Amino acid sequence: MGRIPLSYLANRLLTLVLTVFIAATLIWLIPRFPCFSWVQVLFQGLTCVDPADAALGRMAAGGGSVADSDAILAQLRTTYGLDQSYFTQYWLYLANTLRLDFGLSTASFPTSVATMIGYALPWTLGLMLISLVITFFVGNLLGALMVWERTPRLWKAAIPAAMVFTSIPPILSGLLLMYVFSTQLRWFPLSGPYALTVEPGWTFDFASSVLYHGVLPAMSIVVVTFGFWALGMRGLMITVQGEDYTTLAKAKGLRPRYILYRYMIRNAILPQITSFALKIGLLVAGQVLVERIFAYPGMGKLLYDSILTQDYPVIQGVSFVIIMMTALSVFLVDLIYPFIDPRIRHGG
Amino acid sequence: MNQTTEKSAAAPETAAPDMAGLSRAQLRRMRRFDNPWRNPKLILGATLLLSIIALGLLGRLFWDVDMVFTGSGLPRQGPVGVENLRGQVGTWAHPLGTDVTGKDILALLIIGAPNSLYVGVLASLIGMSLGIFLGFTAGYTGGRVDDVIRVGSDVMITIPPLLILVVVQAAYGDITLTMMAILIACFVWQSPTRLIRAQVLSMRESGYVQMARLSGASSGHIMFREMLPNLVPYLFGSFIANVTTSIVTAVGLEVLGLGPQRVPTLGRVIYDAINSGALIQNLWWWWGIPTALLAVMFIGLLLINLGLDEVSNPRLRRL
Repeated sequence: MGRIPLSYLANRLLTLVLTVFIAATLIWLIPRFPCFSWVQVLFQGLTCVDPADAALGRMAAGGGSVADSDAILAQLRTTYGLDQSYFTQYWLYLANTLRLDFGLSTASFPTSVATMIGYALPWTLGLMLISLVITFFVGNLLGALMVWERTPRLWKAAIPAAMVFTSIPPILSGLLLMYVFSTQLRWFPLSGPYALTVEPGWTFDFASSVLYHGVLPAMSIVVVTFGFWALGMRGLMITVQGEDYTTLAKAKGLRPRYILYRYMIRNAILPQITSFALKIGLLVAGQVLVERIFAYPGMGKLLYDSILTQDYPVIQGVSFVIIMMTALSVFLVDLIYPFIDPRIRHGG
Repeated sequence: MNQTTEKSAAAPETAAPDMAGLSRAQLRRMRRFDNPWRNPKLILGATLLLSIIALGLLGRLFWDVDMVFTGSGLPRQGPVGVENLRGQVGTWAHPLGTDVTGKDILALLIIGAPNSLYVGVLASLIGMSLGIFLGFTAGYTGGRVDDVIRVGSDVMITIPPLLILVVVQAAYGDITLTMMAILIACFVWQSPTRLIRAQVLSMRESGYVQMARLSGASSGHIMFREMLPNLVPYLFGSFIANVTTSIVTAVGLEVLGLGPQRVPTLGRVIYDAINSGALIQNLWWWWGIPTALLAVMFIGLLLINLGLDEVSNPRLRRL
């Protein structure tokens, strides 16, 4: 365990804490930005939205009119803590956020935001993990095959052509796959996480239904992300191909396939893991949109629904949790990396 | 890294002795074909992007773009020769069909496609300028300033721009294209900053920079006259990558229904199409044509980026 120097750990930890702190602060500050007096002097035309006022407005819109509106407004202000100074509100917010308490949803009122996120998170994590694993293996293998001298010529021509898809955001590939495979060929269901006729539970029927419904969302992510890994792998493989140990392995007469897997891919794949840390933000954002078009009940759908109903606590909670997940995975990758690649020594 | 650029610049000279028997004109032609900027990927990518710009410019001249705002045709009409569910065949009045309110899809593309590119290029330009400034400051001055900029970019690179922008848009509602570009720019300065900082750090110790410093050149001269020209291929690559990221973010916001509300954008068209059930009603031209155009845009950007990679890294070129 003694391989990670303390300064490196402290550095990574500081980045993690700062990321979460800055994200939380931005999310708090952005809606309240026009409410500070100096901002209103600088930028005319921005209007400060009072959450209590907005909640009362929704009540009035729902019921036609609200009796005793002044008393309700005062009550709402105390409940939301709006009668305190911004400084106190901010500290309370930070303390609550750290405990993952984002308050209550305004659109589906008595439910807490944390509960709603609790339902959505497993779907998102499952979809993300599966598509990530598939795309990592496929992408790296294809990238390696692009460089390997014994790859069949047909493959060498086909892989770069497939790479063309990699620049497209997953929402576009999702739409195309949806059109071809569910509305035209009718091989896969159009939307939803599992068939309506299946009872959720730990049964084979449910599991197979979930897998069946997950194919298209996962594929739409895989199709557009494998090229990122393939491109990175190609660059790394070119370097490894020129190394002396590869030449020696060839001279020894080892089987070419053995050289590919044990000598080339194994050495080239490790730096790929760090580029994962840089890319995860975009992957997450892409998945949010994929969930929205496939009506997949994860964080993306929750975010979209809360945008439609202007449910600010949910919007803020979902954004914060996704950013925190991203920051945590970057942190973990940075921590694990020195263990799997002994060539890296930090701070030494 | 500057070694590779030196190598590519030196290539024609080292090749020359082998070609002693060739005439000067033949040599010049060979050298012209060796020009790394004549890269097929680069040229194809640029052609794709230029054709989208041309669609926007020429379309405004030759097509009635007011049809973007008012439904002028029959609703849900297919492209020329395509029959829709009600048995109406598309006509030349609306060559790419119409949407659910009878708006012309071609006019939507003519106005929407350049808008997407505009947001991407503007956001990326602002992000690049910030990145060049911060990257040079961090790499060249070092010390406390470097620490702050390095940690700052490390922190910001993990925050997905889409999610912060969703919060912004949900709070403020309608915004203009330029405002959206500026907001996106706040999230695309990190990777150029990191890239330039790393390059500047390695260049600072190289011979020609030491030489310039010894001969009394000012910091500004060293940074912008000695170092910056060597960075041009990387800056281009980073710029194009950022244009892609910015357009992806902008389209993402629009597809969530959060982009500019009064300006037609490609993402907005897709949002409307999904919400009106265009997939189930088989109105493929409504969502499919904007999707295809966006795909062409992204493929063009990718090809340019791959081409630039090959220009700046000769090792990739033989593949």
